[in-house]
Amino acid sequence: MKKKNTNLTRREFIKDLFHKLLLLLLGSFVVSRFFKSAAAGYVWQIDPKKCVKCGRCATACVLTPSAVKCVHAFEICGYCNLCFGYFQPGALRLTADAENQLCPTGALQRRFVEDPFFEYTINEALCIGCGKCVKGCNLFGNGSLYLQVRHDRCKHCNECSIARVCAGRAFVRTPARKATFKNA
Amino acid sequence: MRKFRLLVLILVLAAPGWPAVATAAEERFPAPEFETQYEIPTPAHPHPRQDFFEYLDIAVLLAALGLAAFFAIKKRSRLGLFSLTFFSILYFGFFRHGCICPVGALQNVIFSFSGDYLLPLGVILFFALPLLFALFFGRVFCASVCPLGALQEAVIYKPIRLPQPIKHVLGLIPYLYLGLAVLFASTGSGFVICRFDPFVGFYRLSATPFMLLLGLGLLLTGIFIARPYCRFFCPYGVLLGIFSFFAKKHLSITPKECIHCRLCENACPVDAINPPSPRLYKTSKAQQIKHFGIFLAFVPLILATSGFGFSRLTDVLARQDRMVSLAERIHQEETNVATGNTLDSDAFRQEQTRVEDLYRQAARIRHKFYIGLWVFGLFFGLVISLKIIVLMQRPGRTDYTPDRFHCISCGRCMEYCPVQSDGSVTET
Repeated sequence: MKKKNTNLTRREFIKDLFHKLLLLLLGSFVVSRFFKSAAAGYVWQIDPKKCVKCGRCATACVLTPSAVKCVHAFEICGYCNLCFGYFQPGALRLTADAENQLCPTGALQRRFVEDPFFEYTINEALCIGCGKCVKGCNLFGNGSLYLQVRHDRCKHCNECSIARVCAGRAFVRTPARKATFKNA
Repeated sequence: MRKFRLLVLILVLAAPGWPAVATAAEERFPAPEFETQYEIPTPAHPHPRQDFFEYLDIAVLLAALGLAAFFAIKKRSRLGLFSLTFFSILYFGFFRHGCICPVGALQNVIFSFSGDYLLPLGVILFFALPLLFALFFGRVFCASVCPLGALQEAVIYKPIRLPQPIKHVLGLIPYLYLGLAVLFASTGSGFVICRFDPFVGFYRLSATPFMLLLGLGLLLTGIFIARPYCRFFCPYGVLLGIFSFFAKKHLSITPKECIHCRLCENACPVDAINPPSPRLYKTSKAQQIKHFGIFLAFVPLILATSGFGFSRLTDVLARQDRMVSLAERIHQEETNVATGNTLDSDAFRQEQTRVEDLYRQAARIRHKFYIGLWVFGLFFGLVISLKIIVLMQRPGRTDYTPDRFHCISCGRCMEYCPVQSDGSVTET
């Protein structure tokens, strides 16, 4: 009986030792990381300079339709008469008829401003993030159309499933506080 | 600290393009001068989630863990734990969409050691708090806070007991999964746990067909084999198990003293109740010590075999890394082994990085995999050895007690115990 008792206390002693050891380990981890922590979480953003408009944003996102949408930076739009983001290459007539439009869902819409200029806006409800317009705009225009992760739609997955397949490796983890725009 | 943060933010931000960058870009066609009163519009940029929610999440996690510990140990209420489960499904699941969960945070922690990725405060605490609670109260996180576990908890209907050998073999998978996740996170190749998270798709209400089927399959299995993901896959469960094993307090089956009525024997859905040890063993103590000694002599052999075996997987696993597979593809194209370009190789050539640099980077990653796999193999060999040593032991238990490593503190067994808190026994 006596032997059993000492056996028990030995086990308890070792358990207690490990308990303290693990507590120390966890504590030192938290403390050491705490002082180097990034204040807020990260969000995923696309670097437009690296984006090759491969079209995977439209299909690889866990959401359908994708959380990536086309965004128009109006400040650098050239208001081209022949908008290569809007018109199908070799379009017969420069009208808003579907066969002349590049966008497969009609999400890039134009509004008459004054002759001969139109203002191009993206209807986000329709945009699927395929990047066809972005490609056209970047090839021949100013590149005012670009693809970006829309943070109101994005689920902020720990590992972005588009980032994993992004051909240009353009997806970047960005601190959330820095992910807002100056003109927002 | 603030200065340091700022510096790192700038470093991290060096690459991404902002509208500021975009405006600085060369404009082929300047904007026309409008004759009408037209004003160039400013695009709307939705903000990411507010910081406030980050802190709210931490507060809710802390509260939920505290409540779970209270229900499991002080109140001994299965109903409380079960209600909390539904709260977790709603809050951590559907409201928060699952990310970042403590299970996945494990990879962020590993990743932060190897790159210039800084752990956000939320991730640090989401990783550490459940472990801290496990170290004091057992796996109360698993009981009713984890959104992955909560979903499986809700479908347990007729749990069966798996044969012991199957249980022990399947129980090794989490160690492999943990090792794999650590390997991929430390080489910067990706977050395996998040990629193959079977349940987060339900919370996002959107998933790939494969992950949806996997999730549904696990839930269907979970009707009969309770919590299949938690027991046979969850890598975080390994850490929680270790911390819980050395816990100060733990859920107990009986409120007073065990009367060996055996009513709780089949109560545990995850087979985590240790029965009293048999009084007599086939072998004597001396023989047992001898067997133990013989086994110890074999341990180095197990470690070496495992380490060597795992290191053979270097090429297969390293190819899962994007840079390595890209380098391979480029090499094949350069040497005319493969014809045609892929989107990725095209994109690489547009970047105008030197091919040698890519090869060098790929070789570096491959070497990391090689070293990592040796460590992984040694670790797994150690796990197997320890598992056998534990199975050889004669713990000398006298009562029915929860297996502190595997018990998820769900509290079902408490209802089976006829002993009341004042020591009296209810007749049934």
